[in-house]
Amino acid sequence: MTLYQVVFYLLAGVVLAATVLAITRRVVVHAVVYLVISFLALAPMFYLLGAPLLALLEVILYAGAIMVLFLFIVMMLPRETRAPGLGVLARQCWPAVLLTGISLTAMAVVLLSLPLAQTPVTAALASPRHFGRVLFEKYWLGVEVASFLLFVALVGAYYLGKSPEPVAEEPGESS
Amino acid sequence: MIVPNGHVLLLAVILFLLGAACAIARRNLLMILIGVEVMLNAASLAFIGAALKWRQLDGQVFVIFIFAVAAAEVAVGLALIVYSQRRTGALDADAYSRLKG
Repeated sequence: MTLYQVVFYLLAGVVLAATVLAITRRVVVHAVVYLVISFLALAPMFYLLGAPLLALLEVILYAGAIMVLFLFIVMMLPRETRAPGLGVLARQCWPAVLLTGISLTAMAVVLLSLPLAQTPVTAALASPRHFGRVLFEKYWLGVEVASFLLFVALVGAYYLGKSPEPVAEEPGESS
Repeated sequence: MIVPNGHVLLLAVILFLLGAACAIARRNLLMILIGVEVMLNAASLAFIGAALKWRQLDGQVFVIFIFAVAAAEVAVGLALIVYSQRRTGALDADAYSRLKG
């Protein structure tokens, strides 16, 4: 077992454990912090799989920006007081567990028996310079569309986050 | 040399299903959004694994687009959650069961 393999399986374990802990927490702040750990462990894995720029962006964008946004909103909203009982949770969980279990077994059987999936991937590193050339020469239209999407999201978030006075004045006629 | 290709994809599948289970089973709106985030991350992991397998940079380029979509989705989604929480005072997805025609 080479060092790469040890690091990969170690990181995979950390990612899975942190994600499982994140999605089962009652308190949303704890879930967000566990998710940050999951993303921070996923970033070296991106590096291991040959994407150093994306590993950096994962830390800056996901673990940095998006999760901090989550944290701000969680702290802005009041805490949920009415916690559902355990019976309700168990009743609502079993469809999710059933469906994901079935899909997981199916995908595992397919992925572990497919001859294509057995081929080992060899290490490679895409330099950010090369990556940027491909991004801006071949996919420049996609970059423009993404920037437009971000602009629309900005406008939408601003519109939704405006002060709620007009809504409070006429609660019946708002559409 | 590193790992079999299937193990990378299997990790991505497990992550995706964890996110999907979170989005299905949890009732807190913020936790549903967190589940969507986990699913997007799993998709980017699969893309990067495939990019390494086939030695094509296109997969990594798509991860950039996934990041952009995730940022936009989180901005609008969180704004929607704050908006609806202001109007109804509830963070529970089951509280939004009434329609007004």
